[in-house]
Amino acid sequence: MDEILEILEKDGRASVEDIAKMIRKKPDEVKKTIKRYEKEGAILKYKAVINKDLIKDNESEVRALIEVNIIPQKDLGFDKIAERIYSFPEVTSCYLISGTYDLLVVVEGKNLHTVSNFVAEKLSCLENVRGTATHFLLKKYKEDGVILKHKSENKRIAISY
Amino acid sequence: MQISRIVEKMQPSGIRAFFDLVLGMKEVISLGVGEPDFVTPWQIREAGIYSLEQGFTSYTSNKGLYKLRLGIHRYLKNKYALDYCPDEEILITVGVSEGLDLLLRAIINPGDKILIPQPSYVSYGPVTELAGGVPVYIDTSKDGFKITPKLLEKYIDKKTKGIVLNYPINPTGVSYRCKELVDINKYLLKHKILCISDEVYGDLTYDFMHTAFPTLTGAKKNTVYFNGFSKSHAMTGWRVGFACGPKEIIAAMTKIHQYTIMCVPITSQMAAAEALVNSKRSVEQMKREYNRRRLFMVAELNALGLKCSRPQGAFYIFPSIKCTGLSSMDFSRKLLEEEKVAVVPGTAFGSCGEGYIRISYASSFDSLKEALVRLKRFLEKRK
Repeated sequence: MDEILEILEKDGRASVEDIAKMIRKKPDEVKKTIKRYEKEGAILKYKAVINKDLIKDNESEVRALIEVNIIPQKDLGFDKIAERIYSFPEVTSCYLISGTYDLLVVVEGKNLHTVSNFVAEKLSCLENVRGTATHFLLKKYKEDGVILKHKSENKRIAISY
Repeated sequence: MQISRIVEKMQPSGIRAFFDLVLGMKEVISLGVGEPDFVTPWQIREAGIYSLEQGFTSYTSNKGLYKLRLGIHRYLKNKYALDYCPDEEILITVGVSEGLDLLLRAIINPGDKILIPQPSYVSYGPVTELAGGVPVYIDTSKDGFKITPKLLEKYIDKKTKGIVLNYPINPTGVSYRCKELVDINKYLLKHKILCISDEVYGDLTYDFMHTAFPTLTGAKKNTVYFNGFSKSHAMTGWRVGFACGPKEIIAAMTKIHQYTIMCVPITSQMAAAEALVNSKRSVEQMKREYNRRRLFMVAELNALGLKCSRPQGAFYIFPSIKCTGLSSMDFSRKLLEEEKVAVVPGTAFGSCGEGYIRISYASSFDSLKEALVRLKRFLEKRK
């Protein structure tokens, strides 16, 4: 992977000037490359990784991982039905996977009730959905490579040879 | 109690006081640390924990776990096409530090001279003296911090037994290219001077391929090669290093090692064995991260007017602070007191380090940036 992407994937706020110094390129060149990635859709958006457990005024949110079994459609396979599912705003992630079921759908809602309503009223009754199994998420430890815990203090002694 | 004369003579000097000052101060941004800011990759730590769970709590062979020696044999073979026999030519030591101590004690007779290019890591001289040898310091500050046969010519005599060659160099970050080493090797062979090659930062070489000294023509029988896991695998606290060399030298070192240390702690050896098998990706990632910081810091320091040539390895930069008119010690002390940024005065690494400071970029990018803001403010006050 391009080093620019590697840097941005770790720190979306890294400035063009800093990146340029880190990889010994001209800022203009770096800027152009980033613009190109954005245009091509290789860089889709920049966002903060938030540990919602620590936000006091947060309206409580419930997350569920739902295994969905699907009858694939002729010519279209899974894609069309997946699109119908992932287009719901409640769905935050949607993956086609191998194994005993077909789609793994991550759903977010205000409470248990809203999520189960979504499953019962929207998801299960879709024509090609054969069955679902809903797993409510209890605790997040690590997400997208980020451990959701306060960083421990640096344990090195402050000066050494 | 009368303390030994050699020990009594060893000077902790003003540096110790400066170090104590840093350690006593809170919220310092330190660019003075000689170890990685990463913690040991998890798979290595996990291997250490697992070995404890499995009850590996005994001594090992004096030479070190065979599994680890074999791993080192394979690592050197794959990386440098070097062939050291795991039975007779490899010894596991408590970091490179112990290895160097063993070697110097194993080869030095009273009065033998050991060449030490400076600025250098701090232990080479004192350890030579403890072994009854005479350190001969070579000032490299006018030669780009490197030695050449021409420079060596001024320092050798009949008593010269070896040279401690460390590259990439702590504190300058400078390293040698293959063709420079070829010339040095020829010179050392001609004058029968043993090469004591401390290559602990070898895996952290950025601009060109690191050349292991014993790979040079005829060098293997005239070299003791030192390496370890501290820097490349972020394992400083585990204290594991190794020495590779001619079997009679390794045997002599093992003799001392078996009486003084017995063996390296087994947990550390188990973890190190895992490090050789399963951490290439983590090591590469750390190296890439260091490299970005290096290029960033060199660009920024030069922009601030602290001249430094681009270091090629380790995680140090050795900029000149002569433009401020301050001595290394004054600069470091004032920077600490006024801006709470810690660096190591160049004189800690030998008197020829005067006019320089050592900056370590083994710190998070955010700390480096904040340190630069403070450094800039500090320098502007002095214009």
